[in-house]
This record gives sequence, C-alpha cells and structure tokens, in this order.
Amino acid sequence: MKQSTVSANQAVSSPKSKKPIDRTSLSFRAREDWAQNWGLYLMFLPVLVYFILFSYKPMYGALIAFKNYKPALGFMGSPWVGFDQFSRFFTSPFFGRLIKNTLILSFELLIFGFPAPIILALLINEVQNKHFKKTVQTLTYLPHFISLIVVVGMITDFSMTSGLFNDIIVFLGGSRSPLLQRPELYRPIYILSDIWQGVGWGSIIYLSALSGVDAQLYEAATIDGANRFQQLLHVTLPGITPTIITMLILRVGRLMSIGYEKTILLYNPSTYDTADIISSYVYRVGILEQGWSYSTAIGLFNSLINLLLLLITNKLSKKLAGTSLW
Amino acid sequence: MEQGNKIKKSAGEKTFNVFNHILLAFIAVLCLYPMLYVAFASVSNSNLLTQHSGILLRPQGFSLNAYKMVFTNPMIGKGYLNTLFVLLVGLVLQIIMTSLGAYVLSRRTLMWRKALMMVVTITMFFSGGMIPTYLNMRDLHLTNTLWGLIIPFMISAYNMIILRTSFESIPESLVEAARIDGATHVTVLFRVVLPLSKAIIAVMILYYGVSTWNGWFWASTILRDREMYPLQVILREILLQNSTSNMTGGTSVEDMESVAATVKYATIMVATVPILCIYPFLQKYFAAGVMVGAVKE
Repeated sequence: MKQSTVSANQAVSSPKSKKPIDRTSLSFRAREDWAQNWGLYLMFLPVLVYFILFSYKPMYGALIAFKNYKPALGFMGSPWVGFDQFSRFFTSPFFGRLIKNTLILSFELLIFGFPAPIILALLINEVQNKHFKKTVQTLTYLPHFISLIVVVGMITDFSMTSGLFNDIIVFLGGSRSPLLQRPELYRPIYILSDIWQGVGWGSIIYLSALSGVDAQLYEAATIDGANRFQQLLHVTLPGITPTIITMLILRVGRLMSIGYEKTILLYNPSTYDTADIISSYVYRVGILEQGWSYSTAIGLFNSLINLLLLLITNKLSKKLAGTSLW
Repeated sequence: MEQGNKIKKSAGEKTFNVFNHILLAFIAVLCLYPMLYVAFASVSNSNLLTQHSGILLRPQGFSLNAYKMVFTNPMIGKGYLNTLFVLLVGLVLQIIMTSLGAYVLSRRTLMWRKALMMVVTITMFFSGGMIPTYLNMRDLHLTNTLWGLIIPFMISAYNMIILRTSFESIPESLVEAARIDGATHVTVLFRVVLPLSKAIIAVMILYYGVSTWNGWFWASTILRDREMYPLQVILREILLQNSTSNMTGGTSVEDMESVAATVKYATIMVATVPILCIYPFLQKYFAAGVMVGAVKE
C-alpha cells in the first residue's frame, strides 16, 4: 500500500523532473510559476496540512501493523515484529469464518444491490407522466435520509417476536421467531434493508445518464421498426453502459470495505457465525480490546485485497469494454 | 421517450405501461411505509398498540404521551444541541476548506496542479484504516471533545473534486477580469466564483450535512463524556441498547410503563422528521451534484 503510494507520486513527477536537459527550464518555470501563483499555493496550504495530518499521517501510522505497539512506548519505541501480527491472523481460528463472511456478504450485495438502482432507473425512465415520475422519485429517495441508527432501530423493532415482520410472516402462514437471532436470516435482512435504503438514491446517477441519451437514436430506432423492448436493449442500455461500468469498478474497489457501521449495529453474538466480517472484527479487537497492532494488521490485509480487486476490475473492464478509471 | 406518444401503441406496450405503473407505485409505498408505520405508532395509545397485530393503516387510539416523554428527556435536547453545534460549525469549515482546495485545483495555469490533484485523489483510495485513524485522533488530542467530530472531517476528497469540476465550468474570463482589476485569489473565490456556484454549494451542504447528521461511529468511539453525545448516539442508546432508564427524566415508573411501546417511535419521529421535511426542497439539486461528480478527472 505504502509502496504504490510512493510510486504513484513518482509516476506523475518523473517525466518533468528526471530528464537532465529540462533541468534549467524546469527550475526556471518553477520560479516563474511561483512568482505568478504563490497566492494560490498559499491558499492550498491549509488543505495540504489537513490531508497530511488526517490522511497521510494515519497511513504512516498503519506501520504499527509491523510492530508490537504499546502506547507507553510510543510509535518509535515499540519493537518491530515483522509479519508476526499477520501470521497470527492467518492462523487464528476466526480467519476462515471472517474471510468467508466478508466475501459472501460482499458478493451478495454486489449481485443483488448493484443492479437494483439500474432497474429502478430504467422503470422510472419509461414513465411519461411527470407528476407520477416525480412522486416515485421523491418517495424512493426518502430512506436515504433516514439515519443508519434509525434504520437499524426500525429493523430491530420490526424483527422482534411481536414485531411487524413477524405479524406479516404469521399472516402468510409462517410462525413467529426472533428474526435477528437467526444466523441464516442475517444476510437477507442486511441486503434487503441495504437495497431499500439505497435504491432510490442510487438511481439518480443512472437517471441523469439516461436523460443524456440522444433522442434522435430513439427516433431512428422507431423508424427502423424497433419496439419499446428492442429500443431498451439496443439504444438505452448501450447509452448508459459507460456509467454502469464506472460505477461497477468503483463498487468492486470497495467490495471488501462493506460498512462495518451497519454490521456493528445489526449483529449480536448469536449471529456472529454469518454476520462477523473482517472490519467488525477489527473494531472489536482494536477499539474494544485495544489490540492496536493486531487489528491494524488485519485492516491492512483487508485494504490490500480491496486494492487488488480494484486493479483487476479496472484492467478487465479496459480489456472487455474499453472503459476504465485511469 | 416522448416520440412514443405519437405512434399508436401496441397492446404489449399498453400492458407494460400498466404493469410498470403498478410496480413503481408498489416500490414507492414500500419505501414510504416503514416511516408511516412509525408515525402512526408514535401517536397511538400504547396499550392498544401492543394488542394490535399486523400493518397499521391509522393510529390505534390517540395519545401524545410518548412525545411528552421525548421532549422532557434532557438527553434528547442536549443531543440535538450537540449535533447542531457540530453540524453548523462543521459546515462553515467544510465549505471554506473545500472551496479553497477546489478553487486552487481548478486553476489551469498552475504548474503543480496535477501533483496536488494526486495528493487529493490518493486519499480517496487509501486510508490508514480505523485503528490508525483513531490513534491519530488521540495523538492530536481530539478525543473526548466535539472538535474531534469537526476537524478530522473538514474535507471529503470526493466532494472537493465535485466542486472543482463545477468551478472549472465558470468562464475563465470572469476570473481573469477580476484579477486584472487587482483582486486577490481569495477575493475572486468569495466574490466571483462562490456567488456563481450556489446550486453546487447547496449540494455540498446537503452531502456534508447528511453525513454529519447521521454520524455516530466516531462520536461513540472518541467521546467518553455523555454530556457531549450527539443525537445519533443518544438514539442508539434508546433504540438499540434498550436503555429506557435514561428516558425517565423525572416521570414516575407507571407513566414510563404506559408509553413503553410508543416512546421509541416518537423518538424516531423527533430525530427524523426535520430532515425528511427538508430534502424534497433540495431534490432538484441532487442530479446536478451526482452528474458533476460522475465526470472523470
């Protein structure tokens, strides 16, 4: 992680700074630039300080993953232990379960959660009545503005043995049970509530991409005899494919960093078997039990997988679809 | 798809239209109903509500006791004040810092623009992680103070890039003209650029505001003093940790019993309705923000 940060920086500056021929002109241009733009650089200073203090310093701080950090000894005084923290995690009895839960939840969220806003946007796009369209949009945006605490609070309340969900299950012929205590129901509840909260908000970007599809293409398709469904397949979808792919790459890059906040609020010891994921484990070991170095190592491992996934997807989509983030 | 109107629709299309409207109406109701249930339950009579089973189509009886309880709970009021402090002070700093950065990054003549851009973009993909972030806050003495919820969250790189993209669309000639008249860059930003960017600033306020309003994780992690708890942390205690004990607030035990079933719902209403009243008015700006954000650098 550190490594790629540094090399990325060099990649930017090297074309200018490495060639010895440009040296004089570079320093000349730098001086000219400073003379003209010093005010702008001064304006950027607080922003730079912010990023150094709150983004780059913690990245450097993540090096405690290779130490046995003791607050009393401080960052410098704590001894280096190499990859000990990592091997401790790899041989931990929880390792298999955490990896499995994280991967399954991530992929299920991707498979069910990613297409949902696209489908909603396509459906809304087919509506011609402006008022109906706007009402549907307003109402589907609503859950996005309900705080996570309240959403989980409602889920908890509705899932109780006497709660709304159980009332509905009984109405449909099932029997009552404390839904949040059942490990096999944890993921469906997590994923469905995620879709519920995010589908409307997520559709905005696709709706604006849809409004950008050239109307002439539809006219041409109609003249060629294409029906609504054929238009959708051959005009609408190709029109928003770049947006879909950009969103997909970004999504896959965050695949393993699924929200620990929701997990921490929604799970309980009786559902750890399916619910506990890497980041919630980091929280318990790190914040609650103060195993600083160990939990940092686990977090670092998690972001490494993320980075790999991001790079792979970006490469794949560049090859297959010709669209990529960089 | 306006052209569809002019051509005679096939039977299949008509069926689709009907089906589509029904499906969308169903989805919309599904999005609204949980909140509606909470609203009905919050004004219901607690005993009648406990006896009732299934979906609610209207309140069961009528009682405002739960609301009385919520409004007399000193923690809720304090939580609101703490949240408002973090929200308002935070927004001022967030908007200033983000526009400073965005303005500089939008100046095309800047020699180190790409390098600075890189410094910002990298933070979108890498972070130290939860634990180093926490230890960093502790090192900077930002734990157990509300400033710990403000200063580390002054800039979101993502928002800054959205704002930069928007600033770039302002005609260069306007900035040039002001500069020739002798205005400093700071003056240009506050007198020329920001007044022309009201819509996108509204989006920024919305994005930052919603994330501050909803934030609970760092508050519950860095604050030890209950007096400082923002609203969401108080809500967590009431809704998820079942500590209704702090809800007594001077009322007798019997009173507490009688609203036990409804007080949660009233709490949700008090904490959620303000935001739900605001967002429809900002709705026209949502697309603007998302669209600018989707443009790659």
